[in-house]
Amino acid sequence: MTTLPGDASALTDDFGEITPEPGTPAAKAIEGRSLTQIAWTRLKRDKIAMTAMCIVILMCVIGACASFVAPHLGGGPNTFHSNLIDGDTSLPIGTAGGISSKHWLGVDPGSGRDIAARVIKGAQWSLLISFLATALTVILGLVAGLLAGYFGGWVDAVVNWLMAVFLAFPVVLFGIALASGLPLRAFGFSPIWLRVTLLILVIGGFGWAYFGRIVRGQVLTLREKEFVDASRSLGASELRIVFKEIMPNLIAPTLVFASLAIPGNILAEATFSFLGVGIPLPEPSWGGMLNDSLSQYQYDPAYLFIPGLAIFVTVLAFNLFGDGVRDAFDPKAGR
Amino acid sequence: MSTEPSTQAAGLTQADPDALLSVSGLKKHFPIKRGVLQRQVGAVQAVDGIDFSVKSGETLGLVGESGCGKSTTGRLLSRLLEPTAGSIMFEGRDIAHLSTSQMRPLRRDIQMVFQDPQSSLNPRHTVGTIVGAPFHIQGIETPNGVKRAVQDLLSMVGLSPEHYNRYPHEFSGGQRQRIGIARALALKPKLIVADEPVSALDVSIQAQVVNLLEDLQNELNLAYVFIAHDLSVVRHISDRVAVMYLGKIVEIADQSVLYTKPHHPYTTALMSAVPIPDPDRKDGKAEGQVERIRLTGDVPSPINPPAACRFNTRCWKAQDICRTQEPPLLQIGGLSEAGFEHRVACHFPENV
Repeated sequence: MTTLPGDASALTDDFGEITPEPGTPAAKAIEGRSLTQIAWTRLKRDKIAMTAMCIVILMCVIGACASFVAPHLGGGPNTFHSNLIDGDTSLPIGTAGGISSKHWLGVDPGSGRDIAARVIKGAQWSLLISFLATALTVILGLVAGLLAGYFGGWVDAVVNWLMAVFLAFPVVLFGIALASGLPLRAFGFSPIWLRVTLLILVIGGFGWAYFGRIVRGQVLTLREKEFVDASRSLGASELRIVFKEIMPNLIAPTLVFASLAIPGNILAEATFSFLGVGIPLPEPSWGGMLNDSLSQYQYDPAYLFIPGLAIFVTVLAFNLFGDGVRDAFDPKAGR
Repeated sequence: MSTEPSTQAAGLTQADPDALLSVSGLKKHFPIKRGVLQRQVGAVQAVDGIDFSVKSGETLGLVGESGCGKSTTGRLLSRLLEPTAGSIMFEGRDIAHLSTSQMRPLRRDIQMVFQDPQSSLNPRHTVGTIVGAPFHIQGIETPNGVKRAVQDLLSMVGLSPEHYNRYPHEFSGGQRQRIGIARALALKPKLIVADEPVSALDVSIQAQVVNLLEDLQNELNLAYVFIAHDLSVVRHISDRVAVMYLGKIVEIADQSVLYTKPHHPYTTALMSAVPIPDPDRKDGKAEGQVERIRLTGDVPSPINPPAACRFNTRCWKAQDICRTQEPPLLQIGGLSEAGFEHRVACHFPENV
């Protein structure tokens, strides 16, 4: 081996002191930082995103524990407390919707169910549906985008055509029609799980086209990169190229898309529940509570305010977190 | 190795029995499709019938301006593309139309170094994954484990073995190209197709990488097909040089002969464009420098190349025969000192 003084000094300049001992396995292994690790470091410095992330995690914990916590809060989400309701006005007795030490956020008008328990239980459905719908969107979008972008030709034409159809589809109207057309129980599902499955399929199944286009565009540029040729010239199979060379490069766009799609899907679930085709009553949901509160909002504004605030805070936190994720992966993107 | 000359080249070249790689009549036409039915309306004749051979341990330079088909040739040799016609004999076996799975074992012998070190390394993989990929893909057992083999390769190309866990973005352009070279060397190939390996690098780094390639060649008896448009770099590294113009080889000769006594007018023009760094020259010309020849007009489109000699639209010596009869790539004069023949495809060669 000839020595290459120029480069050797460049090495030490860039990476600090290096002791090239080819024989010994690196005693102090230099750990490289992947692009994802760098993005995470950058994200940790973003105070807004970190605050948003704390709220997001808090909401996720609340949603995940809802089944265990909600029944012990103020008697549970579906227990009626007619003693807390004014018999004449059917409004809760007490200030701000009947807030008390037992019912932290008051009770709802008409039936006296504990709002805190209902909001928490609503968080569970909202987050479950938005997460699973996002997962469905991501999987469908990845598959469609990879097929279209990598194989091109008629596959690309068919997938593009499908995406155009799905993007033009009136999702809300379709969801309403589907939900009202379906019987209460079908395919062995209970009423709640039937609707939950339906919501996931409608929200997730119609959102993939947008993400599919993003993936397709990425794959179109990635497949022309020389590292794909390099892998092919080593004898790699198409599957290996797709999964080992191209897929890892889709992590960043997928994370950014998912973190920005979740708040959208929370809103979509709330919309469906508000319109009466989401989570079926009496099961609590944020959208359903909002709808319920409308008739008496002049007399009991707290009931409108609390689920509204839950939606607002959750969606805002997810959005700010998503923005942070995007900026962390692409610091050059303008704010 | 027994190769039958008659089946390979249409009487133009005799297949060299010693050749590691021998190409004849190689063509690559990219179809142009239009309309709903994707009817073929034409073809980009990127490579249109070329013949050459490379001995083991030898470097063949491939030069020509952008779009002349030199990169396509490289991709045909490493079978990233399938030729439209012609044969690529590698160690006596025609690899021109082998399937992906038939080609896989042969990939150990033919490797590529790419132009853009930014794009040729997957940004999501560590150096260890990148350089170790050949072992995994080819299913090769290494005596002391893949990690050790990768670290040996890294030190062979002048990088620290401790860079194993680092990512490509943590390296400079020259270092990245070394990683690409380490990956190409992993399978101990016999032939490396280097597609403009230094074009994207800083001039000072170019020399280091070219020297590294030369050292590795001496050490491992590698044969190179070195594709470049920088004539000085090609001159430095090549034993023989082939000049391409619009998908054809117009001249192929010993490096020293080609640079001092080019026969083809296009080569002459190309050589006259090489800048000579000589601060003492007073008349604007260095000693021995020929008058700079400025070619007029653009390179014709490879979709519809000129008939007969493809250079006839820009050649100052062109006559009627150049427009009607295609000049074959014929040997001119005797062998060079190094024992190479000098072939040129021109009706009116220069310097004869």
